[in-house]
Amino acid sequence: MSFLELKDLRVHFPTDDGLVKSVDGLSFALERGKTLGIVGESGSGKSVTSLGILGLHKGGRAKLGGEIWLDGEELVGASAEHVRTLRGKKMAMIFQDPLSAMHPFYTVGSQIVEAYRIHNDVSKKVARKHAIDMLGRVGIPQPDRRVDSYPHEFSGGMRQRAMIAMALSCDPELLIADEPTTALDVTVQAQILDLMRDLQRDFNAALIIITHDLGVVAELADDILVMYGGKCIEYGTAEDIFERPEHPYTWGLLGSMPRLDRDRTERLLPIKGSPPSLINVPAGCAFHPRCTFEDRTGGKASTEVPQLVETEGGHLVRCHLPRDTRRSIWETEIKPSLEAS
Amino acid sequence: MSEPLLSVEGLEKHFPVTKGLLQRQVAAVKAVDGISFDVVKGETLGLVGESGCGKTTTGRLITRLIEPTGGKILFEGNDITHMSQGRMRPLRRDVQMIFQDPYSSLNPRHTVGAIVGAPFRIQGIKTEHGTKKAVQDILELVGLNPEHYNRYPHEFSGGQRQRIGIARTLALKPKLIIADEPVSALDVSIQAQVVNLLEDLQGELDLTYLVIAHDLSVVRHISDRVAVMYLGKIVELADRKSLYESPMHPYTNALLSAVPIPDPKGRAQRERIRLQGDVPSPLNPPPACRFHTRCWKAQEICKTVEPPLETLATGHQVACHFPENAPTTPEPAVTTA
Repeated sequence: MSFLELKDLRVHFPTDDGLVKSVDGLSFALERGKTLGIVGESGSGKSVTSLGILGLHKGGRAKLGGEIWLDGEELVGASAEHVRTLRGKKMAMIFQDPLSAMHPFYTVGSQIVEAYRIHNDVSKKVARKHAIDMLGRVGIPQPDRRVDSYPHEFSGGMRQRAMIAMALSCDPELLIADEPTTALDVTVQAQILDLMRDLQRDFNAALIIITHDLGVVAELADDILVMYGGKCIEYGTAEDIFERPEHPYTWGLLGSMPRLDRDRTERLLPIKGSPPSLINVPAGCAFHPRCTFEDRTGGKASTEVPQLVETEGGHLVRCHLPRDTRRSIWETEIKPSLEAS
Repeated sequence: MSEPLLSVEGLEKHFPVTKGLLQRQVAAVKAVDGISFDVVKGETLGLVGESGCGKTTTGRLITRLIEPTGGKILFEGNDITHMSQGRMRPLRRDVQMIFQDPYSSLNPRHTVGAIVGAPFRIQGIKTEHGTKKAVQDILELVGLNPEHYNRYPHEFSGGQRQRIGIARTLALKPKLIIADEPVSALDVSIQAQVVNLLEDLQGELDLTYLVIAHDLSVVRHISDRVAVMYLGKIVELADRKSLYESPMHPYTNALLSAVPIPDPKGRAQRERIRLQGDVPSPLNPPPACRFHTRCWKAQEICKTVEPPLETLATGHQVACHFPENAPTTPEPAVTTA
């Protein structure tokens, strides 16, 4: 069994308007030292998945189903107390907005010390030394002084570094980063991405990076999972997804994105319509109302939910189009139009 | 080059920092500190920079939402820098703004019809078949269903709301549109729709855009010329091709190389310029060249003499003592505006 394995994870929220199926049958596996990128638009269920793994839906309104196996332990059925002992120690999270994820009344150092002492029986002095080490490790200058600073005294990039230091303070084996660089400027984003790459190598942790930015996943991820409407619609290595994508939604994402590494295209190729409401997910394939190739599925798209099937060497696709049709559409229609200038 | 539609000369906005009971001014945040550029009719000028560089302030100064503390704004040759509210009003028809956040920029208690019809009401404009018809025509133009006239903003998705914002901007057929981060709050697939819409409208309605954004790839896609700002100053201004293919200012180079590229195969070979640290505070910017604290080419002169914005190639202005990709002999200033 892999280090982290999700089997048919479901996170549903009952609401007055109906059942919101934020995550509906998600399965994947991740090994130590590997990075998985989860990509999707708002409402695709990517953040809910990460909160589910961390056990943060426990005690809330969410209805969880399926299994989450972390290092041989099942977490969906585990008690909230037990998951709490793992959280921080075995798995940790880096949030999008470090200003709202840190407590404004406590110094950065004391917040790291608190997290460290919950899981390690050490004196305050030892913990403080550890906090200074961690701050130095993530590239904060003069860590022995900055340890006593408050979050508001840090710039955005420094706060994100401090968040990373806090997340790594107990040497977690699974690190989940939810849009870790979205709130940052592009030059600072590049620094943080470098830092995360280096730290992951040093700590040999399993890393899940959740983002809407295909550029960021391409920089970091070994494998990529594309989510749409609470389901995985395509999964493969980073090269599978960028070089040989097979799902029309993935094609749409690639066509929507202006790229600096290629000649400027005359037009962007957007996906029509907008992401579905999770209360009223379209019948059949959730993507079919926005799909350009829906008519080539022989009417199955609107009636039958497609299965996630392997096309080649671990590359999974959830689409009704026959494999050969998908490949020929990518080679003859989509790929040339992305490169045309 | 034709006559500029908008001309900005040495524009400044210093926000006072006050202290104590008497609100004595103790310092100033130089959000925009002497910038000059022209926007020619029919073109799109992109204004890029990181947070705190003054790009949004610039947009608000040009629309006169805030009062400049120095410099001049000329619109169609008229000085509008300190024009009174009353005299500005007719001009507001010609200069409109698209805002970043489609959630907070639409009044939740007003219907789409009221929102898009407001410009007609405020400006007292009568249209041939009534305001409702005019509004519905505009809704159709931006790709919304005209039957949604009586709906409220919360009934629409983010992308549709941004279209409502654009429809309101277009109501009075403006000449210049200032778009402040028009797509950054939207999902990737919706961003592309809105970018295409802005391009189509420009062609159909002969619009001129000043697009303020932080996303360098989006700016390259929609702009004809691009200005790069750093701490209240323009450091480089050039047409799209030369700015992206042969950037001269080290900061532009660093910005471009920091953009993550969606190509997993190329990530090993890519060489990155890594800037150290963050953007300094505009309250206390470094003296002379403001970039010298993070610049790898900085020398003594950069700390003492401020580099002027000079034309180093046709239509390519740079403020740097040691520009890259520069022609060996600076060309005489031919097209300086």
